[in-house]
Amino acid sequence: MPFGLLKFGLSKTYPAQHQFTPASTELKKHYDVVIIGAGGHGTSIAYYLAKYHGVTNIAVLDKGYLGGGNTARNTAVIRSNYLTEEGVTFYRESVRLFQDMSNEFGFNVMMENRGQLTLAHNDAAIRSFRWRAEVNQHLGVRSELVDRQTIKELVPNLNLSETARFPIIAGLWHADGATARHDAVAWGYARGACKRGVELHQLTEVQDIEVTRGRVTAVNTNRGRVGCGSVVQAVAGASSVVGLKAGIRLPIHSFPLQAMVTQPYKPLLTPHVSSPQLHVYLHQTSRGELVIGGGSDPYPLYNTRSTLDQKEVLAAAVTELFPFLSQARIMRQWAGITDMTPDYSPVMGLSPVENYYLDAGWGTWGFKATPICGKTMAELVATGRVPEIIRPFELERFYRFEQINEAGATAASH
Amino acid sequence: MKILNCPLNGPRNIAEFSYGGELHRMPDPSKCESREWVEHVFFNENKAGIVTEWWYHNASSYWFLAERNTVTDEIIRTFPASDVFKERVDFSKETGEAQE
Ligand SMILES: Cc1cc2nc3c(=O)[nH]c(=O)nc-3n(C[C@H](O)[C@H](O)[C@H](O)COP(=O)(O)OP(=O)(O)OC[C@H]3O[C@@H](n4cnc5c(N)ncnc54)[C@H](O)[C@@H]3O)c2cc1C
Repeated sequence: MPFGLLKFGLSKTYPAQHQFTPASTELKKHYDVVIIGAGGHGTSIAYYLAKYHGVTNIAVLDKGYLGGGNTARNTAVIRSNYLTEEGVTFYRESVRLFQDMSNEFGFNVMMENRGQLTLAHNDAAIRSFRWRAEVNQHLGVRSELVDRQTIKELVPNLNLSETARFPIIAGLWHADGATARHDAVAWGYARGACKRGVELHQLTEVQDIEVTRGRVTAVNTNRGRVGCGSVVQAVAGASSVVGLKAGIRLPIHSFPLQAMVTQPYKPLLTPHVSSPQLHVYLHQTSRGELVIGGGSDPYPLYNTRSTLDQKEVLAAAVTELFPFLSQARIMRQWAGITDMTPDYSPVMGLSPVENYYLDAGWGTWGFKATPICGKTMAELVATGRVPEIIRPFELERFYRFEQINEAGATAASH
Repeated sequence: MKILNCPLNGPRNIAEFSYGGELHRMPDPSKCESREWVEHVFFNENKAGIVTEWWYHNASSYWFLAERNTVTDEIIRTFPASDVFKERVDFSKETGEAQE
């Protein structure tokens, strides 16, 4: 053995500190803030509370493990080319925070500014793309309508044949589109939060929530009762189930969303490509695999099984766009439960229970919102004031019929 | 292929059907509070367990009800809506305050 190695082995700092999170401690009797769900959202709320508001007596509870929910399952698309002013403003802020995230953490989240190309196969799509491009540009987001020639330059392998089932006639090019390593986002936030005193408790399921005279007082877990000053629920595909424990009904239906990856290829595709008409989207990861996703399953279900039907839909669509993929092997497939709202926008902020906050209804689009969500929800919990940028997404909007319709800008685009 | 047993057409591929939402008791639109109506239209139980819900056979335009387990993905039974709705719901007839 080379002698020099010995000095590392005998050093006081060896072995290196264990990964990202300190080992679980005993649950305390009381925390100022209990956050249910240790995905990107829950951990980012804890992070911003601890780092920017000095609130550190926080427990983040997860029935599974850190980032093991939809944070681990999403296809990592980050973009802000939505349709409504409220949506674009909100997601634009999130993309900005993503751009600075590695810096913020001192930890590489592999943010890749690859751009997103959404395809139009008919006139109606072109009209809606024009609309989105106008709204986006007005709000400082880079979106433009592009012709077939530009599409060919952006994605040389794309099937631009005019005899395809649905020929591609134009595109919406979103230069701000990006991807990032999804797990790393949750790890970075959890590490930063735990370093400042936040406790992460994995394998700790919230089974019951105690509400007295309109205020939450405690949560009951498989590891005992925990008193709390306030509670935030950030449980993605379990929003209705957890919300109901606090007596809150939500405008949500939970559907599985499936995805898959192919074998690795040499680098051949830079942007993220999405076709709302074919219900498919894909991009190539830095490992060379093509990540392929589409729309949610056709009916609600709390089960992450995969189906051949859905894989056939994805395969048929993706081979139409990239015929060489007919030879591809599927390496992995999986699903997550997505909480769909009627207007394809989240439900964030205050709830009917005074000190119980909602971070819910993230459907198929919530990964990209992780940083802005953490930042604004933390501000709400710390100050009691709803930040303007998330006010439009409050649960009460449904009672005023002020839905924020992002269906067209979301379906199969993520 | 997953099979759904249609009360009208018999066992068919589930791809022939559309999911139509949970079965809720509809409040009387002319009498209920606006908030109650909103909850009827937009809010859901979204239960993890056995639910009763509407399904629609696309080809024959037939609405019916199904009991389904949303955790195990098992369809427990399907039945015609007339098992639950004994009288015809007449939407054209205005009732209560709306008449004034
Ligand atoms: C296949 C797929 C592809 C997607 N693609 C994209 C995409 O490209 N871009 C995008 O922006 N979004 C995408 N999404 C959506 C995105 O993944 C989610 O909106 C986002 O990850 C939600 O983050 P979260 O932290 O709220 O949830 P999660 O990461 O799911 O965390 C919630 C946690 O809550 C825990 N939990 C649940 N119930 C309890 C309980 N009772 N007690 C304690 N803990 C509990 C769970 O164990 C889980 O770890 C996709 C989703 C899927 C499934």
